[in-house]
Amino acid sequence: MLEIGLAHYLVVAAILFTIGIFGIFLNRKNVIIILMSIELILLAVNINLVAFSWQLKDLVGQIFAMFVLTVAAAEAAIGLAILVVYFRNRGSIAVEDINVMKG
Amino acid sequence: MIIHALAFYMFAAIAVASGVMVVASRNPVHSVLFLILAFFNAAGLFVLMGAEFLAMILVIVYVGAVAVLFLFVVMMLDINFVELRSGFLQYLPIGATIGIILLVELILVVGTWAALPVSATPVGEPTAPLAGMTNTEQLGMLIYTKYIYLFQGAGMVLLVAMIGAIVLTLRQREGVKRQRISRQVGRSVAESVAVVKVEPRSGV
Repeated sequence: MLEIGLAHYLVVAAILFTIGIFGIFLNRKNVIIILMSIELILLAVNINLVAFSWQLKDLVGQIFAMFVLTVAAAEAAIGLAILVVYFRNRGSIAVEDINVMKG
Repeated sequence: MIIHALAFYMFAAIAVASGVMVVASRNPVHSVLFLILAFFNAAGLFVLMGAEFLAMILVIVYVGAVAVLFLFVVMMLDINFVELRSGFLQYLPIGATIGIILLVELILVVGTWAALPVSATPVGEPTAPLAGMTNTEQLGMLIYTKYIYLFQGAGMVLLVAMIGAIVLTLRQREGVKRQRISRQVGRSVAESVAVVKVEPRSGV
């Protein structure tokens, strides 16, 4: 119990990942919370990568986590820009209003 | 060892609790603030695992940039957030079902991995940490040599994201008066002065 190993970190990451997925389902109407849930999911993935890097004494995991961070930052910027443009055009950010393309 | 365990449990508990609050919070501004708390505690977990550089990057990039961006957008948009939450309880059962299934699966994966230590041997050749260097130095030695193209690619991703965000949100407003120097310089007498014949006692 007091010996913190790889499994402890993996369990924390799994719980955070699940909270992220749960948040997407719970806030089906609010795009901002969905974007935040995606950030939580990516954070859980990063914890996994760093935990394995620490356990296996392999630095590549940390480098990969850094690239995941880069992509997450880019994704947040683009997503929020799209959100702002959408709000400007439609005056709402409800997910069910986003049906112009009938996809 | 006890300090390590205590720190781990504290960081993990606060990270998970603030993750729950991100999802369940009534006000999106509170969600963003709890997201910041979750990132801080994840950075603490990273420090416990000896990844100091990533921990600091997490604090700088996420708390300093991404979370503030979220905060700006939440405060800038004039939205009735109460209305957006109306289907909250309706989606709770399906969300909880899928979440619990996912969590059980993930914990099964972790349990299997922990029960079979044979699979812990790395498949490829490990890039071992270099001796006598800090974490940041080690990462630098790898990123700028072996992973230089990936590093450049990451920079390209950020550049494209920046240009994309600017292109998306830039707009030409109607009805805004701007100085147009070419028109000012190109003005001629013919188009700027008019001789008007005014009748007496009538005004212009």
